[in-house]
Amino acid sequence: MKKILITVLFTALAIPGVHAQSKYFTKSGTITFSSKTALEDIEAKNQKATCVIDTKTGAIEVAVLMKAFEFEKALMQEHFNENYVESDKYPKSTLKGKITEIGSVNFTKDGTYPVTIAGKFLMHGVEKDMTAKGSLTVKNGKISGASSFVVKLSDHKIEIPGVVKDKVSNNITINVAFWLDPLS
Amino acid sequence: MKQFLFVLLVCSVTSVALAQDEDLLALLGEDSTEEIEYVSAAFKSTRVINGQSIEMLGAGSLDFRILHRFGLLKNGFGEMFGLDQSTIRLSFDYAPLDDLLIGFGRSSAKKELDGYIKVRVLQQSKGARELPVSVVLVSGITCETLPFADQTRENYFSSRLAFFNEILIGSKLSDDISVQIAPLFIHRNLVDKQSTPNDIYALGFGGRARLTNRIAFMLEYHHAFNGMVSGFNKDALSVGVDIETGGHVFQLHVSNATGMNERAFVTETMQDWLKGEIQFGFNLSRMFQL
Repeated sequence: MKKILITVLFTALAIPGVHAQSKYFTKSGTITFSSKTALEDIEAKNQKATCVIDTKTGAIEVAVLMKAFEFEKALMQEHFNENYVESDKYPKSTLKGKITEIGSVNFTKDGTYPVTIAGKFLMHGVEKDMTAKGSLTVKNGKISGASSFVVKLSDHKIEIPGVVKDKVSNNITINVAFWLDPLS
Repeated sequence: MKQFLFVLLVCSVTSVALAQDEDLLALLGEDSTEEIEYVSAAFKSTRVINGQSIEMLGAGSLDFRILHRFGLLKNGFGEMFGLDQSTIRLSFDYAPLDDLLIGFGRSSAKKELDGYIKVRVLQQSKGARELPVSVVLVSGITCETLPFADQTRENYFSSRLAFFNEILIGSKLSDDISVQIAPLFIHRNLVDKQSTPNDIYALGFGGRARLTNRIAFMLEYHHAFNGMVSGFNKDALSVGVDIETGGHVFQLHVSNATGMNERAFVTETMQDWLKGEIQFGFNLSRMFQL
């Protein structure tokens, strides 16, 4: 009896461990965005995005500090933080959602699996439902993810003043690339 | 056996709890390595109105500035409220580093050249290092190029020069409110009378209140503690708005000061607000990234 009890106890203790191993994370994900107009192309890069995915449930969460976006021009970076996304008021953007085809991804087999991410995207204090196409790549037991989607600034109450209407696009293309490590 | 069942039950409950929605990002825990977050954009521009602000430029930025000071507003419609007369200063400010700014300009008044070096010693920050203020040092030189007033005496080139040094201490108190004080020391190599001191000590105050994301109300005041001839020299007081439009900043203001460098607006302001002797002026800043 004692033996069984111990076995079961150990199993019970091990269960959370098993759960944790289905989760992968990064704190150095890359997010770039670009605004393209005839007059001006604007690009910025952030290499400090955090992301956690649960390969069992397909749950995914991404968070990014707006102030960590780096621009080629210092003035653009200042305007981005001060006038557009208001980083002091809304320091983080987050995405909470599900990878819908998580069941079709074989994490034990190398390959690139197309996936769809559906969830809620919060930026500038405005939450919006979104879906995005992306892919999960398994290679030598390592998981990486990539996605690209378009966000409308007007959906998030980010105003473009009249004088720069021709220089700042309302449609911002966002590219995401993550290399994930097991979360223990 | 009962105990065994109980343990099984506990196990299954644990599993159910874990399977429920959880805050995935919370699993990563709080960032243990908090970073220093520098406070930026206390002012829209490197100048409050006439004087320097605690703001610097990003490395590699070139700021081309066009300053105009017009005639007295009270001259009325006949003089188009002062717009018929104007003095101008053109300047280039360049930032080789985030914390270093060098500038060169020329004012049409007294045909005066000026140059300065501005160094940020401390930058206001939050997070891993809490620092409530920024501290910036400015050191500059001015050079009048008009012919000497008295051609009969022996004139030296050094007589054309004046120097100014100031310490700017300022803080972005909130998103909308920024303030700074600036003790100033000005030395003029040549002054007009023996009783006029060569060295002037002054204190500047500057403030900003943001009205919208792109428009701010500005206030600036300079008081000199010595060398001011009573009833003649006045403290410089300017109020205005900053309007930002992408790469340009327009600083529109009314002021009793016409000078566009530190020597000029601290020691040569003669007009009196109380007598309505104020004029309109603007600074136009155009930024280039080199």
